Amino acid sequence: MAQDSRGLKPEPAVRVRGLTRRYGERTILDGVDLDIGRGEFVALLGRSGSGKSTFLRALAGLDHGVPGSGRFEAPDAVSVVFQDARLLPWKKVADNVSLGLKGDIVRERALRALGEVELTARAEAWPMQLSGGEQQRAALARSLVREPELLLLDEPFGALDALTRLRMQALLLDLCARHQPAVLLVTHDVDEAIHLAQRVLVLEQGRFIVDLTIDLPSAPAERELRFAEVRMQLLTSLGVTEKELRRVA
Amino acid sequence: MADLSIATARTGTGSRAKPAGWLRLPSRSAALAEAGETSRRRKRKLGPGPVIPYGAAIGPALLLILWSLGSATGFIDDRILSAPWTVASTGWELIQDGRLQENLWTSFVRSFWGLFWGIVAGASLGVIAGLSRIGEYLVDGPIQIKRAIPALALIPLLMLWFGIGEGMKILTIALITFAPIYIQTHDGLRSTDARFIELAETLDLSNAQFLRHVVLPAALPGFLLGLRFGVTYSWLALVVVEQVNATSGLGYMINLARTYGQTEVIILCLAVYAALGLSSDWLVRLITRKALPWRKILAD
Repeated sequence: MAQDSRGLKPEPAVRVRGLTRRYGERTILDGVDLDIGRGEFVALLGRSGSGKSTFLRALAGLDHGVPGSGRFEAPDAVSVVFQDARLLPWKKVADNVSLGLKGDIVRERALRALGEVELTARAEAWPMQLSGGEQQRAALARSLVREPELLLLDEPFGALDALTRLRMQALLLDLCARHQPAVLLVTHDVDEAIHLAQRVLVLEQGRFIVDLTIDLPSAPAERELRFAEVRMQLLTSLGVTEKELRRVA
Repeated sequence: MADLSIATARTGTGSRAKPAGWLRLPSRSAALAEAGETSRRRKRKLGPGPVIPYGAAIGPALLLILWSLGSATGFIDDRILSAPWTVASTGWELIQDGRLQENLWTSFVRSFWGLFWGIVAGASLGVIAGLSRIGEYLVDGPIQIKRAIPALALIPLLMLWFGIGEGMKILTIALITFAPIYIQTHDGLRSTDARFIELAETLDLSNAQFLRHVVLPAALPGFLLGLRFGVTYSWLALVVVEQVNATSGLGYMINLARTYGQTEVIILCLAVYAALGLSSDWLVRLITRKALPWRKILAD
């Protein structure tokens, strides 16, 4: 996915410089710098309260009134997928997807997007009639129909069961390969981050303490070995002790 | 599909829809599943009990039977409470000479226009206060003060200002009905889910789109709840204005009947009030169901 953009590094899609955000006395983000390339898939890990959601909300422009400084450049076309699907219960699924779209083939575009997430059959259903996975698929369709240059995902699969999550992750990879947005995925799931992203960041005490490019070899045995190494490194940086790891391994 | 049939087989009802895998079950548990049809499904022990068709009519019917029995045996004095058949025959006479319809229509028109202006005022003031901060500062305070004054206490002043004609009656009803509609509409507009406001921001909705697609639909259930209160209050207000001063209408009929000691007419008018109240409430619930189709699936 987007190999060409990594080699040349032209203009990045997102450029963050010295971003600081405070809640009261606590500094959540402490002068953070980050570039995300066009079409690059970045996962952001961090413990609860580490500020990873604060960072995403800052990029989404949703942190009104939170004091702070620094600047960032983000594309005009930004889509956000939240942990809850956030579908308007009084609009049918297709109307939720097309909400706020401009132009005259709005409905066709919405139906096409629903087709991409295999939800065409539920276009005329009410959101409450959908399962959790279906709702989140509709939310994905709503974000992709806008052809975003930057896709912000705030723990999008956190509320789903393990099986549904697996299928959603595969779907997300397909969709990103097709639409090529820059992606920032906020998650607390280390495996998910390694599987999905090309680059994994760890946020700790308001700073990125790890910035790791994921380059798993294609040979299965080596791949598994490297995966375990990366996983161990990330878990350790998240404060999981070796003893704890051995206990559940 | 597979996990569904496992779940139903365990409770003993899915034995007919067994997938192929279940044929290989040990015979004992298969037999258990068959037997479950009758023996293993226990009746629910907790909860209020099973539903009886038209069960809601049992209470009122019982009351009517007791009333009839009491009147027939002479246990209930006819001067205190007329017999049901006396009420029915009086009702028939009043319909035949047209007095009941005439007074009912007068009352209905009063109530209708009072409610109409109450809805118009309540909804528009609710929208003004709900959508803008300045509007809230201007409108909400006076309305809260007005609400603190018992509506009946305003009647003498309204009579001085507007006389005792139809205008004063309609105004009183409107003043009483608009309050719940205003409060619920205002509240509905103000309590739009913050998550949806965020969503609207990320979707770059314009102010107009935000109002149309998010705020107003979110406030609609509140408005309809206010409407339901408003309709109930309109009958209440009607009774009040018609008892105070009127020369026509159901309240006037009741007052006249009291003067002549005609219990059966009073009872008849009360029955008409009950019918009006119940049917208008039913109508509002019907409107609510039609206006909020997405909510119906929750009730089903």
